[in-house]
Amino acid sequence: MSETLVRRPPVRGGVGASVPRPDGVPKVTGRFEFLGDMHHEDMLWGATRRAWVPHARLVRVDVTPALAMPGVHAALTQDDVPGHRYQGQAVTDQPVLAEDEVRYWGEPVAIVAADDPETARRAAEAIVVEVEELDPLTDLDVALERGAVFRHVPVRRGDPDAHGEVVVEGTYVTATQDPAALGTEAGLAVPDGSGGIDLWGPTQWTHIDLKQLAACLALDPAQLRVQPCRLGGAFGSREDLSLQTHIGMLALRLGRPVKMVYDRHESFVGHVKRHGALMHYRHEADRDGTLVRVDARILLDGGPYQLTSNAVIANSTYFAVGPYRCDHVTVDGYALRTNNPPSGAMRGFGANQPCFAAEAQMDRLAAALGMDPLELRLRNALGQGDRLPTTGQLIEHPLPTDEVIRSVAAIPLPDPADDDDPLHLPGGTGMTTPRSRVVRGVGYAVGLKNLQFSEGFDDYAEARVELTADGAVVHTAAIEVGQGMVTIIEQIARSALGMSNVRVEFDHTGRIGSAGSTSASRQTQMAGNATLEAATAVREQALAAAGGDDLDDAGVWRDGALVASLTELTANGPLTHHVRYRHRPTDQPDADGQGELHVDFCVAAHRAVVDVDPDLGLVRVVEIAIGQDVGRALNPQQVHGQIEGGIAQGMAHAVMEEVLLDRGVIRNPTLTDYLLPTCLDAPHVEAALVEVPSPWGPFGAKGMAELPTMSATPAVAAAIRAATGLPLTRVPIRPEDIAVPDPPPDDPEPHPPEAGGR
Amino acid sequence: MHIERPRDLAEALAGFDSHPRATPLAGGTDLMVEVNLSHLRPETVVALRRVSELQTWDDRFVGAGVTYARLQAGPFPALAELARTVGSPQIRAAGTLGGNLGTASPAGDALPFLAALDAEVVVASHGGERTLRWDAFLVGPKRTALRPGELIVGVRLPDHIPARQAFGKVGVRQAMVIATVNCCVVRDEEGATRVAMGAVGPTVLRARAAEQLVSSTSRPSPSMLEEFQRLVSDEVVPITDHRATERYRRHAAGVLARRTLERCLAP
Repeated sequence: MSETLVRRPPVRGGVGASVPRPDGVPKVTGRFEFLGDMHHEDMLWGATRRAWVPHARLVRVDVTPALAMPGVHAALTQDDVPGHRYQGQAVTDQPVLAEDEVRYWGEPVAIVAADDPETARRAAEAIVVEVEELDPLTDLDVALERGAVFRHVPVRRGDPDAHGEVVVEGTYVTATQDPAALGTEAGLAVPDGSGGIDLWGPTQWTHIDLKQLAACLALDPAQLRVQPCRLGGAFGSREDLSLQTHIGMLALRLGRPVKMVYDRHESFVGHVKRHGALMHYRHEADRDGTLVRVDARILLDGGPYQLTSNAVIANSTYFAVGPYRCDHVTVDGYALRTNNPPSGAMRGFGANQPCFAAEAQMDRLAAALGMDPLELRLRNALGQGDRLPTTGQLIEHPLPTDEVIRSVAAIPLPDPADDDDPLHLPGGTGMTTPRSRVVRGVGYAVGLKNLQFSEGFDDYAEARVELTADGAVVHTAAIEVGQGMVTIIEQIARSALGMSNVRVEFDHTGRIGSAGSTSASRQTQMAGNATLEAATAVREQALAAAGGDDLDDAGVWRDGALVASLTELTANGPLTHHVRYRHRPTDQPDADGQGELHVDFCVAAHRAVVDVDPDLGLVRVVEIAIGQDVGRALNPQQVHGQIEGGIAQGMAHAVMEEVLLDRGVIRNPTLTDYLLPTCLDAPHVEAALVEVPSPWGPFGAKGMAELPTMSATPAVAAAIRAATGLPLTRVPIRPEDIAVPDPPPDDPEPHPPEAGGR
Repeated sequence: MHIERPRDLAEALAGFDSHPRATPLAGGTDLMVEVNLSHLRPETVVALRRVSELQTWDDRFVGAGVTYARLQAGPFPALAELARTVGSPQIRAAGTLGGNLGTASPAGDALPFLAALDAEVVVASHGGERTLRWDAFLVGPKRTALRPGELIVGVRLPDHIPARQAFGKVGVRQAMVIATVNCCVVRDEEGATRVAMGAVGPTVLRARAAEQLVSSTSRPSPSMLEEFQRLVSDEVVPITDHRATERYRRHAAGVLARRTLERCLAP
C-alpha cells in the first residue's frame, strides 16, 4: 500500500447519528420565521366571517356593510368561488364557504381583505348573516339511526358461532381531542402578475392541496405554486385545507398579496379534530387466556364533512383488536355525519380510539381470568407469521409485539415517592394533596398501527438528488411539520452517497412531483426510500464516470487515491437522478373487510405510573415507560423527541384534553380551558427502542411517531383504574369521575342477590 | 382608541374624572384577552403601569399594581402560595392584585385571601377616597361596587394577621389553571378560624358555620374535621359549568377546606 494513502473520515451526520435539528435553536430563541410571521410588501389582511350556530339554513348574506368601510378591498361569498365550489381530499363535499346551510359551529360564510388586520376583522363582523336555526344532529346513536353514515366498514372473519369460555363486555367513550398545534393557521397568497399565485398555507402535503386549490380557484396547476411552509405543529390537522382557498380567492380577485392568521379561538374551529368515539366491545377467551373472539361496534363522530373520515374509520376497524391473535372477529365501524366540529386526521389516525377500548377490555379479561394483564397480552401477542385478527392479512415482516412488551416490563419501576414537594404530588402548585392521601397505580397498554396509506391507495414519493461541485442536494416536496424530515432526508442521503456535504431543498409543487403526505408515519420510509434510491444511483453514476470505488466530499476515489474531484466530476453539469418510489401495492377490502390491505405495521407498549388523590380525583402521571418498535433509529435523539411529545399528547387525552361539546357548540375554545399539559404535567419518560430492522425501510427504519401517542392514553387510564378500582370507561378521566363517580351505567352483569336474600 | 398615560395617582384620577367610563389597564392579563376575543373594544384606556403609588406595598397596604410575582415573594405565606398558582411566570410578572379585584371573577385566586382576612378595598376618584370591605366591593360574578370615575388603589389588610394561614386550589392541571375550587384558611392562636371559598358561588364566600365549629376548640378532633368538611360542602353554592359539575365542586370544596385547615393546624 502506498504511503500517500489518505484515510478518509467516516461520513458525518449519516444515519444513526443524533444530528441536531437546524431549526431547533431558532425556534426556541424566537428567530424562526413561522408561517404566521411571513410578510409581503403591499399585502392586505384577510379575515373570515363565521356563523356561530351548529346547524342552520343560511337565509341571507349581505357583504355591503363591509365593503362600505374605508380600507376594505373585497368581501366574498360562496358565489365568488371562481371554480369548483367544494373541497375535500377524497370526496369534495365541503363548500369553500357555507352555501345554503351552516353545518357546524363556526363554519366560514364570507371572507374579506382589508388594509390591516383590525379593519379586516371589523369588516368581517359587519357582514350581515341571517340564519334560520335548525336542530343540530350531535348524538352518535341518533346519527346511526338516521343513516347519517359516511362509511360503514364491516369485518367478518372466522366462525360466527365460535365462542370462548370467558366473556367480558364494555362500552367505551373517547372524547374529541384537538391537535392544538401552538402555531395557529396562517397563510399568504401572492399573485405572480400573470394570472397565477404562490401560496403558503398550513399543509402536510402540498400536492393534494394543489389539486383541490387549482380546482376551486379555476387555475391550471402550473399557475399555482403551493409552497412548503414553516409550520408551528400539525399532528394531522394540516391534512385538510383551512384558509388556503380563501386567501387564494382574495389574492386572485384583488391582484394583491393577502395574508390571513387565525387567532386561537378561530383556530379551534379552523382545523380538524380527533374523532370522538363511542365503542361497544365483547371479548371472549378460553380459560388459558387464548383470545377466541372479539366483537366490536365503533362509532366515530365525523362532523359534517367527509374529509379523511373514510380512511380514519378504516383504521379504527382494522386495528379494533390491537396486536393480538384472534381467529373470530366481527367489527362494524361507522364514520358518522353530525353537526359537531369536523373531524379528520390526528396522530394515530383512528387507531387510538379502539386502542383505548380494546386495551381496557384486555385488562377486564385478565381480571376475569385471574391472569396477569401482561401475561394475557404476551400469550396472544401478534408476530411475524400470524394473521391480522381483523383483515386476515399475513404478517410477513418481523413485528416485535412480544419484544416491546417485554422491554417495557424490564424497565425498572420508579422509586416509591416519599417527598412532600407539591410539584411532585397531584394538584401541583394548588397544594391540595398531602402525600398520605396518594394512591399509586400502574397500568399497561399496547398499540398497533399501520404504516403508510392502505386499502389499495397508489402511494408514492418523489425525490431528486443532484451532485454538483458544491456537494449534493436532495430535492423533495416532503413537508417538515416538526417531525424530523429536516434531518432525516439529509442523513439518508449522506449515508447512501458516502458524503457529508449534503443539504435538502424543500421544493414547491412546480419544481418536483409529490412526496405524498407527511402523515401515516410514512415519510421516513417513503421520501426516505426515494432519497436512498436517488442517492445510491448518483453515487453509482459518479463511480462509473471516474472508474472509482468510493465517493466522499472530495470526489471519487480508487484504491485509496482521489481520481476525480467533484468539480471534475460535474464539469459537464450536475449528476442527477430522479426517483418516484412506490411501496408494494395493497388490496382493497373485500365485502368482509378481508385482504392484504396494509403495507407494514408498527407496535409499542406503554407502562404508566400514576399518583392519584382519590378524594379530589386529581391525578399526576409520574412516569411513562415505552417499548417502541422503530425498525432502526436513524436519528435517536429525534426518536426520543417524538416519543416524549407523543406521550405528552397521549397521556393528556387520558386526563385533561377534551373539546367540550354542548349540542355542537365548543365550550372551551381557548388554551385557558382546553388544557394542554405543562412541563409540570408531562411525565418522566423512559424509552426502550426495539430495533428489529424493517426489510424495506431505508436502512431498516420504520415511521414511529404515532405509536407513542396511541397506547399512552389507555396505559394512563389503566393505571388510574388500578389506583382507584373504578371502571373508568371514558377519556379524558375527569376529577369527578374519580371523586364522585356515577354508578356504572352499562354494568353488563347484574349483581347477584346476596346470600340469604334481601 | 384614546390612551391616557398618567405618571402619578393624581394624573390617573384626573384621567378617570374626564373619562369616567375609561378602562384601566395594569398588567392587561384579563383585559387583553377580552379585547382579543372582541368582547371588549375600549374607547379610552388609562394605562397605570407608571403610577408609582399603585406599586406601593407598605406593610398592611398592598397597592393595586403589585404583581403576582411580588406577592409570591412577599411575607404572607397564603398570599405567596396563591400567587404561585396564577398563570405562567410571564402572567405573574404582569398580572396585578388590583386586576384580580377589578375583574372580580368568582374564581379569582387572590380573593379568598382578602375575604379570609376581611380586607378592605381602597378606591379613589378625583373627588376623594373611600374604603369598602371585600364583601361590599365584590357584589356579584364579575361585578364590583366601583363607580364610574373610580380606580382601585389597593388593599388594606388588618393589623393582626395570623401566622397560621394556607391557600389551596383544585384544578385539572399541575399549574397554570383556572380554579375549580380555591380556598384560604387563616387561624389565630386562640383558634379563631376563617375560611374563604372561591369558584363555588357568585363571589368568593365565607363558610361561617364551618368557621364557627372549629373556632371554639384548640385542637379539632377527627370527627369535628369531618363535620367541618360537611359544613363547608353545605355552605357553598356552586354551579355546573364547563370546568366542573356542581356536585364535584361541592364535594371538592369540603375536602379542600378541610385539608387547608389541616395545614394550618400542623405543628
